[in-house]
Amino acid sequence: MGKTIAEKILSQRSGTDARAGDIVVAKVDLAFVQDGTGPLALRQLEESGLEKIANPQRAVLFLDHAAPTPARELANDHLALRQFAKKSGAQLSDIGEGVCHQLVAESYASPGEVIVGADSHTVTAGGLGAFATGMGSTDVAIAMALGKTWFRVPESFKISVSGRFPTGVYAKDLILHLIGILGADGATYKALEFCGEAVDRMGMSERFTIANMAVEAGAKVGLFPADETTKRYLKSRGRGDRYRVLKADPDAAYERSIEIDASSLEPTVSKPHTVDNTAPARELKGTKIMQVFIGTCTNGRLEDLAIAAKILRGRKRHPQVRLLVAPASVEVLRNAIRAGYIQTFIDAGAVILPPGCGPCVGVHQGILGDGEACLSTANRNFKGRMGNPNSFIYLGSPATAAASAIAGEITDPRGLM
Amino acid sequence: MLKGRAIKFGDDISTDHICPGRYFHLRSNLPELAKHAMEDADPDFACKVKPGDFIVAGANFGLGSSREHAAVVIKMSGVCAVLAKSAARIFFRNAINIGLPILICDTDRINDGDELEVDLENSTVRDLTNGADLKFGNFPQVMLKILEAGGLIPYIKRYGDFKS
Repeated sequence: MGKTIAEKILSQRSGTDARAGDIVVAKVDLAFVQDGTGPLALRQLEESGLEKIANPQRAVLFLDHAAPTPARELANDHLALRQFAKKSGAQLSDIGEGVCHQLVAESYASPGEVIVGADSHTVTAGGLGAFATGMGSTDVAIAMALGKTWFRVPESFKISVSGRFPTGVYAKDLILHLIGILGADGATYKALEFCGEAVDRMGMSERFTIANMAVEAGAKVGLFPADETTKRYLKSRGRGDRYRVLKADPDAAYERSIEIDASSLEPTVSKPHTVDNTAPARELKGTKIMQVFIGTCTNGRLEDLAIAAKILRGRKRHPQVRLLVAPASVEVLRNAIRAGYIQTFIDAGAVILPPGCGPCVGVHQGILGDGEACLSTANRNFKGRMGNPNSFIYLGSPATAAASAIAGEITDPRGLM
Repeated sequence: MLKGRAIKFGDDISTDHICPGRYFHLRSNLPELAKHAMEDADPDFACKVKPGDFIVAGANFGLGSSREHAAVVIKMSGVCAVLAKSAARIFFRNAINIGLPILICDTDRINDGDELEVDLENSTVRDLTNGADLKFGNFPQVMLKILEAGGLIPYIKRYGDFKS
């Protein structure tokens, strides 16, 4: 019997013949925390007595969730993380460098690796064919110290995507649609494995968007095969030597198979307060919004900003809408300036936020008021997520976000293209 | 044997309900953070909860972020175990790692305020109020050992490494 991508990676990294349902201890190729989960990880490391890190070059502390710090408690957390980096030799990614998952994609992840991060959207690196999954502070702390952790090898769902996206429809619409089908717990403990002609044609940015949201269906990982697109991306990032072909065996066993025809999709929005509460954007016409946020580890890449800028060029945000843009990394920001997108956003009336998580987590930079609604390109719309339990979050693509910012209400972007 | 009262919740209680992001700045001040446990699922939870109570929830408890603080604040509030129809993967693992039992069983049969008796060794829950007897699923061996040790840190201190 052949193996799924998840089984192949965990077999290789555990040195066993790993099959779905097995418990394995696997080598960890990269372990990271962010400023919200890092302080507890440091406390647990100290408590364990294992203060030495197995591989400091592959242990990273990211300051991205509250960056720059909005409160003195958080400034002290940052201080502790900076000091720990100095003492332990771990890598530090300071404020303004970007969101951890984008930086892991840009600078660390490669096919076949096992990556654990104390952040649920660690699954993003599955776009590169890495078994990347989120864990809590204690798990990641121990993985950093020992260079390994235990896993239950997940069963896999095969998600085959055929056809081409129609104009105005993107990878974000596909993953929202899929989560709508699966439900918020439809893939709990499972691996989502993506394949098919539409997947073969996807660029890395789209793959990251889809892998990023695998966790919103409860999945442990969202895995893409490593192919020529992966190879070109790694080469462009100076990691060409880390490429290797990675795909499932033709006779691998799947718990479930789902087929999606990309050409049948339309702009999709998740309504409050769960991600699986999806509807076509056109059905939400007339839903007033007071804020639009374009950015995050889901949709803050150059390709996303290009889509939004194309729609916003020569247009203005609705006077009742606050438009916030946060590039996912400083490199995205630099390239967006070069391409003229930032100028376009400013001319359209946007506020440009520093590279980082921005208002996604409800810490700073755009907390909503009572009764207000926001359309965000992020991955989560739980009650209180953006800092106020009396507010409403809708999720959509960068195109839907840009079109909605202009109209002041949720808008199907196809009318503006 | 654990004995206490059920405080009931519905489906899809996320880590944002359990430990809201607006208290992000309190994450290094756990006693203060714990005062806000479950706040966005039930604003009165902090006044209501007594040591030894159980959180009894529906499906997909703890979905969302990896914040281990969600499990920590529940434990610090005095709750001795969480019972749910199903739980999100990261939350489940975090709860075990900090020594908070999380038991998967048919919680539809338990009502808010019922007195419960949980036998961790025999994997059974008895609702003393309505007489219902429930069975909860087994843990993988490694998790059982971690729970027995009182969490992942004491486990690592005892064994030094993972026993697969």
